[in-house]
Amino acid sequence: MKSAFMKTGMRLALMAPLVLCGRLSNARAQVTPQRLLDSAKEPQNWLMYSGDYAGRRFSALDQINASNAAMLVPKWAYQTMAGGKFETTPLVVDGILYGTGQDNRAFALDARAGRPIWQYQRALAADIRPCCGRVNRGMAILGDKVFLGTLDAHVLALDAKTGSVVWDATAVDYRKGYSITLAPLVIKNLVLVGVSGGEYGIRGFIDAYHAATGERKWRFYTIPGPGEPGHDSWEGDSWKIGGAPAWITGTYDLATNTTFWTTGNPSPSNRGEGRSGDNLYSDSLLALDPDTGKLKWYFQFSKHDEHDYDATQVPVMVDQGDRHLILQANRNGFFYVIDRTNGKLEFANPFAKVTWSDSKDTSGVPIARKDASPTLEGNRVCPGAAGATNWMSPAYDPQTQLFYVTAREQCDVFSTAPQPYEAGHAYYGSAYFPNDDAVPFTGALRAIDPNTGKLKWEWRHPSPTWSGVLSTAGGLVFTGDAEGNFIALEAASGKALWHFQCGASVYSSPMSFAIDGKQYVAVAVGSTLFTFGLP
Amino acid sequence: MHSAKNPRLPDPLKQPPVWAATCFTCTLLLMMGLFTASLKAQDKNPFSADPKAAKLGESQFRANCAFCHGLGARGGGRGPDLTRARKRRGNSDADLFRTINEGVPGTAMPQNGATQQGVGMTEEEIWQVISYIRSVERKADATAIGNAAHGKEIFNGTAGCSTCHMIQGKGGRIGPDLSATGATRSTDYIVESLRSPSRRLAQGISEAMKEFSQEYETVKVETADGQKFMGVVLNEDHFTFQMMDTREQIHLFEKDKLRSFEKSRESLMPVYDQKTLSDKDLQDVVAYLLAVGAQ
Ligand code: HEC
Ligand code: HEC
Repeated sequence: MKSAFMKTGMRLALMAPLVLCGRLSNARAQVTPQRLLDSAKEPQNWLMYSGDYAGRRFSALDQINASNAAMLVPKWAYQTMAGGKFETTPLVVDGILYGTGQDNRAFALDARAGRPIWQYQRALAADIRPCCGRVNRGMAILGDKVFLGTLDAHVLALDAKTGSVVWDATAVDYRKGYSITLAPLVIKNLVLVGVSGGEYGIRGFIDAYHAATGERKWRFYTIPGPGEPGHDSWEGDSWKIGGAPAWITGTYDLATNTTFWTTGNPSPSNRGEGRSGDNLYSDSLLALDPDTGKLKWYFQFSKHDEHDYDATQVPVMVDQGDRHLILQANRNGFFYVIDRTNGKLEFANPFAKVTWSDSKDTSGVPIARKDASPTLEGNRVCPGAAGATNWMSPAYDPQTQLFYVTAREQCDVFSTAPQPYEAGHAYYGSAYFPNDDAVPFTGALRAIDPNTGKLKWEWRHPSPTWSGVLSTAGGLVFTGDAEGNFIALEAASGKALWHFQCGASVYSSPMSFAIDGKQYVAVAVGSTLFTFGLP
Repeated sequence: MHSAKNPRLPDPLKQPPVWAATCFTCTLLLMMGLFTASLKAQDKNPFSADPKAAKLGESQFRANCAFCHGLGARGGGRGPDLTRARKRRGNSDADLFRTINEGVPGTAMPQNGATQQGVGMTEEEIWQVISYIRSVERKADATAIGNAAHGKEIFNGTAGCSTCHMIQGKGGRIGPDLSATGATRSTDYIVESLRSPSRRLAQGISEAMKEFSQEYETVKVETADGQKFMGVVLNEDHFTFQMMDTREQIHLFEKDKLRSFEKSRESLMPVYDQKTLSDKDLQDVVAYLLAVGAQ
């Protein structure tokens, strides 16, 4: 015993200088609020879900570029061995990769070798019934902690070095149908999350927790209560179970100290009867004060929605001269350009086939046709229930100045299925069917010029995909398809430069990072996190 | 705030054996389906005599099942007619509960809650759906109107169906295997498949996480060296496709290496109109497919 101890002690002592040398080159300083604001200064790291506070999903790394992308090879793979959709966008901080997996798995890997440093899985209750898969889209990081939301509607802080639970805050009772699937957003010393559950008749909200303690600082209900402005946009008591979840990560504008969040459908999603009114703030863009959760302004994309047109697409911040904009290609098929200082619409143009709207109001906001409502027998409407796009991230490339978005061309037959509300039970009020046309559904990656809303180029997918998009300074965009390919396209033209068959449909948004001066691109597919790099 | 109910799994570095054990349990639990773990089927529908349950079940059915089984449960393009008195996977309440809760492995019939899109159903809701299915079920299946024996002759003889379709291991390969079609498709669907094959193309391979199955599209290609093939698409992605030609040869192609590649939704199956297959003969062929499906 003693000698063994001595031996280890000796070895440790001998290795100490070496270890130190190794560490000097990539010192692991903690992630501070300032580092998050300055994420552009460290392109080797991916510090938050969308890569930066603007939500651009743009990597400033250019080692992998149009001239060498054809040579990309797999570098390593990490397998969760779990079934269902693998939606994570990992973080990378100074050589360590932090990801989440199905059923609330979380892991930290050596980002150079793919070897796990710690693994965590939450013991979930047997009676959770999250809609749409037991998924999670990623973590946030601050100081020595990483943060994630859980399928049973808790917010967790894990120790970034060990995976130990540091705090565990209950956001809300999951038995009412709430869950959390998004990656949190850290602003200053707060951890912001929103809830999922638009299929259950919840009352949506966005929360902020103290990063140090897990104590809740504020909650913003996405449906105004009695006495609050907007409350009268709901019929009777329908506001109590009106949905409007917030299940995609927001963005943050330091200049105005505003955080932008988007919300999902009013409940029941496909039956407007019983909730007449605009149903604020469902399907909306919200500008909140991150310190207090106070609403500064809102913009509602789909008023009194009956087609499940969640606005839960990352609201991307783009500046053009002195215009400060939010770009959003919405699930309802329109591409919106909004002034982010005041919430005024600049214009809205369709980026996919749209039949639910054929006119606009005086401020240019698309409005629904009367005859687009679901009926008992069924009514064919485009886009279909999964939307012209969905939660998969778009990207904005400041070099090409193009906005890249995954478009889904699918129409559905929407039919109502009146359903009484019961806490924790499905509450869609609907049925929908893929339309019975002879033409199969397709998909595309579309490059849109945000000045005009016009299509610059498109890359056709054989069938609709759930993959997001990454753009890089190497003049590339990366995306995946339902057929399992992960693809690199030339950002300016849409020409395919490289692809790799991952073996399962892609349900995630890719990211990029670098270690030791080598760039990698990572994407979660099937049960595997793949990384690619140059040989 | 640390909840004792939800302990973190042990750190793998500190306690490898415990981690391994826990992980194994997770995998097992997953395999059993976490959703279903709490749903233990009883033998009888507790709501069998309750008309309200059938009504509630109808909206559940519309939301979760009509997508494949059609609005009135009479079968759609993707799922069988459930109004048939005899169910292929078992007729008792307990059988139906099991089928609906666990799905039918290897087919499009999903496990409860595992659709990746919708919400799973509670035990109570499953029983309500069963009440609904019972309420629309026909008391007895009309004894197939046609003559199955004669249908078999036509299938293997004059109509030439067996040159393209396999039944129970015998026949051609260019069209889908029809051994289970009588059980998994509605009669209307089968009739439509014969009278206007191009109206809805049969589904081919379904991949685990892929939303849409490949269909039996028709394809014509010309290779770089001038060879021409025609057949059905077995699978396709952006860059490649796999096909079977009319001589039942499998070809694997990269699209950009071909001189031409042309797909169409005009079925390779001939249209069987009144002249080539009378209503009477069609009935017999359908009766044959139903008889095979019931085996
Ligand atoms: C994605 C399509 C799909 C959905 C959704 C679906 N089914 Fe099915 N179902 C099928 C298919 C295909 C089969 C045939 C499987 C087989 O036996 O080969 C089937 C078989 C069945 C059977 C067995 C029929 C028999 O003859 O034994 C029952 C019962 C059934 N489904 C009920 C349901 C219910 C209830 C729901 C909704 C909760 C549902 N299904 C949802 C596709 C679907
Ligand atoms: C020349 C080849 C050919 C012949 C002959 C042929 N079929 Fe087909 N059949 C096909 C092909 C290819 C498909 C798939 C494309 C489609 O759905 O039309 C198909 C599809 C079908 C389907 C739909 C199956 C599904 O799951 O959707 C049925 C049913 C069918 N055939 C029955 C028959 C019967 C009965 C006959 C004879 C009366 C027949 N076919 C003759 C090639 C053929």
